[in-house]
Amino acid sequence: MSTAALEITGLAKRFGGLVVTRDISMRVAPGERRLIIGPNGAGKTTLFNQITGDLRPDSGSIRLFGEELLKLRTKDRVAKGLARTYQILTLFPQDTLLHNVVLSLLGLRPERWDFWRMLKGRSDLFDLAQEALTQVGLGESGNRLVAETSYGERRRLELAMALAQKPKVLLLDEPLAGLSQDERNAVSTLLTTIPRDVTIVMIEHDMDVALAFAEQITVLHFGEVIVEGTRAEVVADPRTREIYLGE
Amino acid sequence: MSRSGIASILALIALAFVPFMMGDFFINLSSQVLCYALFAVSLNLLVGYGGMTSLGHAAYFGIAAYGVTWLHTVAGWDQLTSAIGAVAVATLSAAFFGVLALRASGLSFLMITLALGQIVWGMAYRWVGLTQGDNGMRFPVRPEPFGISINSATSFYYFSLIVFAVSVYFIWRVVNSPFGASLRGARDQPRRMRMLGHDVWMIRWAAFVMSGFWAAIAGLLFVYYQKFVSPYAVSLQQSAEVLLMTILGGATTLTGPMVGAVIVTLVKNLASTYVERWNALLGLIFVLSVVFMPTGLVPGFQKLLSRKKKPSAPAEEAPPPAHGHGHAATPASEHAS
Repeated sequence: MSTAALEITGLAKRFGGLVVTRDISMRVAPGERRLIIGPNGAGKTTLFNQITGDLRPDSGSIRLFGEELLKLRTKDRVAKGLARTYQILTLFPQDTLLHNVVLSLLGLRPERWDFWRMLKGRSDLFDLAQEALTQVGLGESGNRLVAETSYGERRRLELAMALAQKPKVLLLDEPLAGLSQDERNAVSTLLTTIPRDVTIVMIEHDMDVALAFAEQITVLHFGEVIVEGTRAEVVADPRTREIYLGE
Repeated sequence: MSRSGIASILALIALAFVPFMMGDFFINLSSQVLCYALFAVSLNLLVGYGGMTSLGHAAYFGIAAYGVTWLHTVAGWDQLTSAIGAVAVATLSAAFFGVLALRASGLSFLMITLALGQIVWGMAYRWVGLTQGDNGMRFPVRPEPFGISINSATSFYYFSLIVFAVSVYFIWRVVNSPFGASLRGARDQPRRMRMLGHDVWMIRWAAFVMSGFWAAIAGLLFVYYQKFVSPYAVSLQQSAEVLLMTILGGATTLTGPMVGAVIVTLVKNLASTYVERWNALLGLIFVLSVVFMPTGLVPGFQKLLSRKKKPSAPAEEAPPPAHGHGHAATPASEHAS
């Protein structure tokens, strides 16, 4: 078997008596589109937080292309090719869209320690940022402030910031949350245009979009993997129905 | 050239004319304002751009002032070497204190900087062998940069103005550099910045060290001006005053702390000759500005101006610091009457 893009084994995390992650193991192949579903409180975002390093698991291992991440700080994991969007938007509202993407670009460049040159003069960075914005359909809005944009535009900006870093593994935390139907369609089309050299793990509640997008699905419940498999397998599995529909 | 660039040059020209318009007393006062303005701008790197409120910033200011005095008068080094040595010692202590203070953020950060500042004050006050304690230390003669005497009020004013302008230019570059953008990002969304690959701790620490360095330069100006340094230079009062300048003027702008320095220094030196309780007057100005312009005077007036001009021409850059005291009077008199 080739090296997995993301391999999680025996991951566990508890807050006092509350177990949020109970022995999760999963394997995501390079280029795969993986969907993670589960009811509220299933531990989906907590899982993401452990992959990115916002939370330290109690035990287990997380490997990115074979390399152990657990000992690394968040910023070093990002340098290895991990990117993420947030369910609750965390952007820089008083800055322009371009500036937001430039901050993202700077994150992986040594020039972030440049104390002297004017950032405004770095047209190379702004060109790259413009490219990323065009990719998500925000090419015309680069000079607007984030505070003046709509929710749907901010979701796209989140994506642009992640994609600008040319990640190997992209974690999407509910990229469609709070969007209108039109915007949902637009963003999901956008997701299908992401090249295959990016492996995507997505948390999403919108089943129409998510099921169409994903090849492999993992169902989490109370911090455990309940079902895992292809779209058809997971939909047919009685345990999926049980979790979502009750007995 | 940008509007802010033109505004800065005009302000600098206006400042260069100060000695022609005033007597020695006011020239000296202006030198003092420049020293405190640089001090406040240095603190603003932390407070305004970095979002880290420090109550111990007088430490680096004072360490540089004591350092240059000790190195020159006790160790017998020449002026230039003493100055460089003093700034190096102050910057190194900022580097060390930064490691300690940055274990925390927010209020805890404030308390640690306060505690560290008090340790330095305690040393200045109690370690009589090193600092002569309460008596302070005399700094006998001002240096002569390039053989030019800066003993007169006017020449010292120009010396301060050059140091101030060059320092602020450097700080302006930093604020507008990629690092400056990262620093503001780390202030607004530290978690997101980490997820973008930024080293938030290192960004903050670098800002802390730089801030200490420029405070040290201000400390040199201070001791050259006073020709004397006492524990007051490293006191909590001093740290609080410079924080007041920064917040009063507007911590998110480069010019805000300068305006704050003008107001505080003027109130301290002028109002104190008429009113005994000038501290209360300063407090009143602060309370009024917090109530009516919570983000500080410079951003407050910028907002007022852009509202009057309607959206067509938003005020892009703050008024030059030379006009600062004109503004200062407005909110106080407006609301007090």
